[in-house]
Amino acid sequence: MKSQVRCSVNGAACSFEVPPMARLLDVLREEANLTGTKEGCGEGECGACTVIMDGRIVNSCLVPALQADGSTITTIEGIAKGNVLHAVQAAFISHGGAQCGMCTPGMVIAAVDLLTRVVNPDENQIREGLAGNICRCTGYTKIFDAVREAARLLASTP
Amino acid sequence: MPDALVGKSVPRKEGPDKVTGRARYIDDMRMPDALYGVTVRSPVARGRLRGVSFADGVPWNEIIVVSAADIPAERNHVALLTNDQPFLAATELRHAEEPVLLLAHADRHLLERARNAVRFDIEKLPALFDIDKSLAKDPVIWGEDNIFKEYNLTKGDVDAVFARADIIVVEGEYSTGAQEQLYIENNGVIAVADENSVTVWGSLQCPYYVHKALLGLFGLPADKIRVVQTETGGGFGGKEEYPSLIAGHAALLARKAGKPVKMIYDRAEDMVATTKRHPSRTKHRTAVTKDGTIVAMDIDFVIDGGAYNTLSPVVLSRGTIHAAGPYSIDNVRIRARAVATSHPPHGAFRGFGAPQSIFGLERHMNKVARAVGLTPEALRLKNFIKQGDTTATHQLIKEPVDMPSILRRALAEADYDAKRERFARENPGRSVKRGIGFASFMHGSGFTGSGEKYLASVVGATGTAEGKVRVLAASTEIGQGTNTIFTQIAAQALGLDWDDVEVAQPDTSVVPNSGPTVASRTTMVVGKLVEQAALGIKQILVQAGLLSEPYTPQQFRAAVKKYIATVGSLRSMAQYSPPDGIAWDDQSYRGDAYGTYAWAVYVATVALDTVTYEARVEDFVALQEVGRVIHPVLAAGQIEGGVAQGIGFALYENVVWREGRMANGQFTNYIVPTSVDVPAIRVFFDEVPYPHGPSGAKGIGELPMDGPAPAIVNAIEEALGAPHPALHHVPLMPEQLMDAVDDLLSARRKSA
Amino acid sequence: MRGDAHAHTLVAPADLDSALALLADNKGHRVLAGGTDVMVAFERGLLRDARLISIWQLDELRGIATVGRHLTIGALTTYTDLIESSLVAEHAPTLAAAARDTAAVAIRNRGTIGGNIANASPAADLPPALLVHDCEVELRSASGARWVDYAGFHTGYKTTVMRPDELIVRVRVPLVDAPMRHFYRKVGTRRAQAISKVCISASVRRGHDVRIAFGSVAPTVVRARIVERELASALAAGLLSTEAVSRIVALGVAEARPIDDIRSTAEYRGRVTRNLLRECLMSFVA
Repeated sequence: MKSQVRCSVNGAACSFEVPPMARLLDVLREEANLTGTKEGCGEGECGACTVIMDGRIVNSCLVPALQADGSTITTIEGIAKGNVLHAVQAAFISHGGAQCGMCTPGMVIAAVDLLTRVVNPDENQIREGLAGNICRCTGYTKIFDAVREAARLLASTP
Repeated sequence: MPDALVGKSVPRKEGPDKVTGRARYIDDMRMPDALYGVTVRSPVARGRLRGVSFADGVPWNEIIVVSAADIPAERNHVALLTNDQPFLAATELRHAEEPVLLLAHADRHLLERARNAVRFDIEKLPALFDIDKSLAKDPVIWGEDNIFKEYNLTKGDVDAVFARADIIVVEGEYSTGAQEQLYIENNGVIAVADENSVTVWGSLQCPYYVHKALLGLFGLPADKIRVVQTETGGGFGGKEEYPSLIAGHAALLARKAGKPVKMIYDRAEDMVATTKRHPSRTKHRTAVTKDGTIVAMDIDFVIDGGAYNTLSPVVLSRGTIHAAGPYSIDNVRIRARAVATSHPPHGAFRGFGAPQSIFGLERHMNKVARAVGLTPEALRLKNFIKQGDTTATHQLIKEPVDMPSILRRALAEADYDAKRERFARENPGRSVKRGIGFASFMHGSGFTGSGEKYLASVVGATGTAEGKVRVLAASTEIGQGTNTIFTQIAAQALGLDWDDVEVAQPDTSVVPNSGPTVASRTTMVVGKLVEQAALGIKQILVQAGLLSEPYTPQQFRAAVKKYIATVGSLRSMAQYSPPDGIAWDDQSYRGDAYGTYAWAVYVATVALDTVTYEARVEDFVALQEVGRVIHPVLAAGQIEGGVAQGIGFALYENVVWREGRMANGQFTNYIVPTSVDVPAIRVFFDEVPYPHGPSGAKGIGELPMDGPAPAIVNAIEEALGAPHPALHHVPLMPEQLMDAVDDLLSARRKSA
Repeated sequence: MRGDAHAHTLVAPADLDSALALLADNKGHRVLAGGTDVMVAFERGLLRDARLISIWQLDELRGIATVGRHLTIGALTTYTDLIESSLVAEHAPTLAAAARDTAAVAIRNRGTIGGNIANASPAADLPPALLVHDCEVELRSASGARWVDYAGFHTGYKTTVMRPDELIVRVRVPLVDAPMRHFYRKVGTRRAQAISKVCISASVRRGHDVRIAFGSVAPTVVRARIVERELASALAAGLLSTEAVSRIVALGVAEARPIDDIRSTAEYRGRVTRNLLRECLMSFVA
């Protein structure tokens, strides 16, 4: 059984002919060739596969393709504007928020989502906002630094 | 002349690729025609394979099947220390999840069905899961006595001291559990192979380990085997030895299929089948005088190596050498053994034996302090090693070491005295009790003993057509910052800009063998070679008359281009030779165990909830002397990450074994700290440049794994106000803390 | 990834009636809402149901509103919706607390209240809170609709009173018409992304109208009826002495039937139940 799944991915209209139970994660990686979205656990615990679907972050490993039909999706490849990095991405580089890089796409998406919902998050809000994204390298400290810096950057840019 | 790069937090070399999703990991690579490969594994911990059958409902004629029968028996072992681990088990099954068969097909779903349709006929044999039973040879499962390796290290005359009447003897027993590396990227490789050549791309730490293993498996000339490291999503030791096995599997399938084979473990397979930290048990017997001078230490250290020898002897070695800690003790005896069990082989994990033995020691030191009526800090101050003293291996400490000042500063940063006083006052009336504790320790940089001498690592540097310098090394970037550090070191040595240096992708057909990416050696040992190789390029240019000092980066680039245009390829190689005065004797296990050590004191503040028995780390101070810090952000990142893993080791990460198989092999059930579980981790460096490291740097990667567990449990003991047997083991889960809390609270109620 | 997408069908009916018509076929359809349970089973290769129905697109199952003397919550209401709702904060504060303590943002954006009930895990986070709010569940099928008391919804480990042709469409809880004190505490080794090892939820209204529920200590989430009765009479009598607390706690521990599993031990669950119950009762004394 295959279904036609139409959705907007990073601003582009896409159509995929896939089994309806195919995971959105696999559709993005294998059909759309957007390999920036990572699989870490496959069970919605690690957050490496986080994408934004209709304005909310979701674990793409737990979304069957059919439920993405008609949705608007942003992946890590859609976060920068051309060659201009998003403030979160820039801050992850300058503040050491990425080490091995495997949790980074999901972590960046979660941070972007957090800063969309909360303009100037405090320490607890940052921790809470990123709690669904497991990082095994950084101990999170540099990631918190990066998110604080990104909040400052975003506040200072009109 | 550009600003000095060393000491500055320049942007991570591959940072932009990682934050935009462009970085390509092994599962992101696609190859036309590739098949998927899977492993069919032993369902039992120990047994004899009598037969294999293939159930109906699967088109077996379409599936490539590889078994031990496809490998010449003399080649069916992963080349490592003793070559005892087969690529595929033939008849003897020695651990749960041991690889038995390999399957490949283009349709991975069909492959999954096929994997479930393989039937093994197995005669079960008694298995062994416990260190003491292994020592008791109950039953013998490996060699004659289940002992993979034994070291006996002696200094002075321990027995004579214990015979003295003026000493106090303090005994203790401590243990640590298995720990899963849990890198976020699972293991994976892609192989292309035929009768004449093998190429493997993969997520791995040590390209030349894999190269050596494939050489042994296929018997091809060295230049016909190529291993390429792709972007690697974390290793922590978990991708040190195991990728050799997976690479062999994928290559066997690829050769039989005549097509590329992609083999990517899913999380469930990675967790149950691959290596974990060695569980350990340490017994201490310590002789101390009434004033707190430790006069003898008698230590019995045992690690569970699992079913095959693999790296256990070297893990044991590091654990042994660190077992007596940063103390000057005249009489030391350490008996250390790695024993066989029916667990999957335990392997490399950050710290490599040291976190295990240091947990025992630093818990025991608090017990010794109590026995002589000293504070934990007073006991340590009395016994710290210093310049001119010797370690347990008789190594003379030549460089200045100031552990007292490291300790005092760490305690001050943690507000230790005030907190102790405040917690003692506040705890009695509260259900959440707080404590503060610390551990003092050291970690040797680089390979143990003669390891670096035997490795004789080589690093190259070449000039590129654009006038840049490219570093050639097999040392891998696995998140820790190799690319960035090498760039800094080479650019600094040559007075160049950040962008003037590139680091080649580790590819055995391109880079020389700079040794494995392990043992906190990449910055200190390999970095020094990077510096030398880079300086070699300058020397060639100067000797050719194309460059004279002082020069600008522009002039350097022009000289490189001109050299390549007029002379040809520009290449410089540097090979390791030990610094003068370093000597090690493998027979007596004496001498300079490591070129140098990093020194540290870590302080943990813990809150213990007596309602739920959960301990949480509320504040963490990590102070260390690691020589010159080359990149402050990366260095702090290493410490913070290691501390978080150490917190996991101490309080969260419990491998639940059922019949020798990990039963909680899911992210959901193997608990690592999240962003709301880690405390503020406050990192401080004392910088004492090490003369033989690049720009004065020492190793740093493993150090932060050593201190958190004993510091945290020492803090829990303070919170409880009394010792308890449950506090001798990590992970110290709420289920174990429960006994300590309830026993001590009820004892206090009775006495009140 | 061990599931095979080709081995399952998934359809997304356009409206509730079409979904109910499919369920009425009795062909073993499994309902898939936000996927946070079903897709995990799928990933592990443990999803046995060949036919699935997506209901995520059925917006008629969303929405939080007061209807008459009840707060009504659509089955597809997510944890995030619960957290963000001022009506939930006012009328089902324990439920809001439970939602805040569940998983992390991305899961809370997809996990639904209906799914959490239907999945029938004894470790589910919302049910203990639903029990103390006297929740009722509306089950609808092609042949009709019925309200069932949530306290009787779970009949055993992973079994419920639902028929195969029924779907949870909404839940309701009585509006809070008197000051209410409540208690919710979940214990799960770490602070986020945690599966509950022990959970206690409680409420007291009108001084002595008591509800207490346990999660993760029995085959289903359960009301602690004996504790409720004893506590209510103690509160009604106006005396909740330390001795009474100890006595009631002991009764509560006897009501729990915890087990050993890979997440914890029966012993731990029992002792934490005791401690949390004491903490809970003491909070009502104060």
